[in-house]
Amino acid sequence: MQANHEKIILSVKNLSKTYANGFSALKNVNLEITEGEIVALLGPNGAGKTTLISIICGILNLSSGSVEVAGHDIVKDYKFTRSKIGIVPQELTVHEFETVWDTVKFGRGLYGKKPDNQYLEELLKSLSLWDKKDKKVMTLSGGMKRRVLITKALSHKPMILFLDEPTAGVDVELRKDMWEIVKKLRSNGVTIILTTHYIEEAEEIADRIGIMTNGELKLIEKKTTLMQKLGKKKLIIELKKPLKTIPAGLRKHNLEKSEDSMQLVYHYDTHKENKGVSAFFDDLKKLKIQYKDFSTKQSSLEEIFVQLIQEKA
Amino acid sequence: MNFQAIRAIYIFEMARTARTLMQSIASPVISTSLYFVVFGSAIGSRIQEVNGVGYGSFIVPGLIMLSLLTESIGNASFGIYLPKYTGTIYEILAAPVSMLEIVIGFVGAAATKSLILGLLMLATASLFVPIHIAHPFLMVLFLLLTCISFSLFGFLIGIWADSFEKLQIMPMLVITPLVFLGGSFYSIDMLPEFWRTVSLLNPVLYLVSGFRYSFYEIADVSVLTSLLTVSVFLAGCAFVLAYIAKTGYKLKD
Repeated sequence: MQANHEKIILSVKNLSKTYANGFSALKNVNLEITEGEIVALLGPNGAGKTTLISIICGILNLSSGSVEVAGHDIVKDYKFTRSKIGIVPQELTVHEFETVWDTVKFGRGLYGKKPDNQYLEELLKSLSLWDKKDKKVMTLSGGMKRRVLITKALSHKPMILFLDEPTAGVDVELRKDMWEIVKKLRSNGVTIILTTHYIEEAEEIADRIGIMTNGELKLIEKKTTLMQKLGKKKLIIELKKPLKTIPAGLRKHNLEKSEDSMQLVYHYDTHKENKGVSAFFDDLKKLKIQYKDFSTKQSSLEEIFVQLIQEKA
Repeated sequence: MNFQAIRAIYIFEMARTARTLMQSIASPVISTSLYFVVFGSAIGSRIQEVNGVGYGSFIVPGLIMLSLLTESIGNASFGIYLPKYTGTIYEILAAPVSMLEIVIGFVGAAATKSLILGLLMLATASLFVPIHIAHPFLMVLFLLLTCISFSLFGFLIGIWADSFEKLQIMPMLVITPLVFLGGSFYSIDMLPEFWRTVSLLNPVLYLVSGFRYSFYEIADVSVLTSLLTVSVFLAGCAFVLAYIAKTGYKLKD
């Protein structure tokens, strides 16, 4: 699963993880990520997304294989690799009794960085937390706690940021705020790897999308390529008069009729050479079926994801 | 060495003590004062001198040891158990810090708290009974060694524990009985032969004895044996810690 760009910032080779109870959480995962990319890992619960991230960050031990961050092995050169990484965990694991300022300062200190109040102030301001800096974390809302976790993860200026389901359980407005934060971080050169259940999230912000199931990375593709390769399109014909049944002359096409009989929906694969669209229009003309309008619609990533999960299950 | 990380952990832990000042410092000082009132003044006044030292003064080193051991274990075990329990341990595991640096931060803070507590108790005791410190350097050495080794032991308990119950088991069921039976309130010369021999198997006896020697130059066992015992205990804890650092036992799968 190699990226095409030049500078590989993260390289995962034949990575496997088997727990003591014999459960195999990761199976021979290979992945390369280039500097400045946003990669979204999609997959159902238990797919191995968090396990993968946790191993790279040093929270879990690997069973076999290797991981390199900026060319350094995460086991041999763990101090170097971890200093380049920031992680925002899935759960809201925060120091409830500390103030926002103290917990962020603690996070920076752990990474061996000298105190830099000016930078932390800028960071807190950029995440709308500055006015909350003296408040105890326990008094903040869930969304604000998530921001605290992001601030902590960024407090040492990491090259790579892992976001494990960053918008799980947050409202739509905050989710969009998060997307803006991610885009801003990318513009500052931070490589971002996120896991998510929300297809629209991956669709909105990712450059590449990886799909994981049962501990395997089934594929990783550029978002646009994935949608082109696997995406199906619908051609929706708005009829002038309702069609009670699909005429025999049209049955060779992959058609659906709407409930009110005022629409015909033609499904086709975008990556097929002969899409059959012109033949379909010819047949409509031949049968003198009049229409007032038509439109096309690309399959959403969600539909592609469901399709892939079903195919690879 | 990641000194900034050590500093961050140390300050963070000390700040927790400051927030819980009553629980961390005041509570043990008050309970020890009560010991002095009961054993030193009330009951102690009816007990003869032990090896030429008034009973109230005699129990001072033992009482300080009792508090040092339980507080060192309690502080250090809770210090590492809390982030495990709340999940915030992830940031320590993901940070560029070695096990040694983590230990210096956590154990250093726990030992500092115990040391402060020990000195406060000594000051408190001097208000109730006359105290003479024959070997101040030796006393400080025992204080330091005890605080560090038992904080390290507490740290190991905190890693091992996966429930609050387990966190309490060791201090309550093992350490407190060992301290009480380790000559804190008596000299083992006062025991029958059989129990005197059994007492020699209690490692805490050597600590109390050595510490008491630094005050009054009286001891149940030689001071060198005491120093050796605490050093062996410290080395044992360090050995277990090295195993944890290598395997990630109970810290990461």
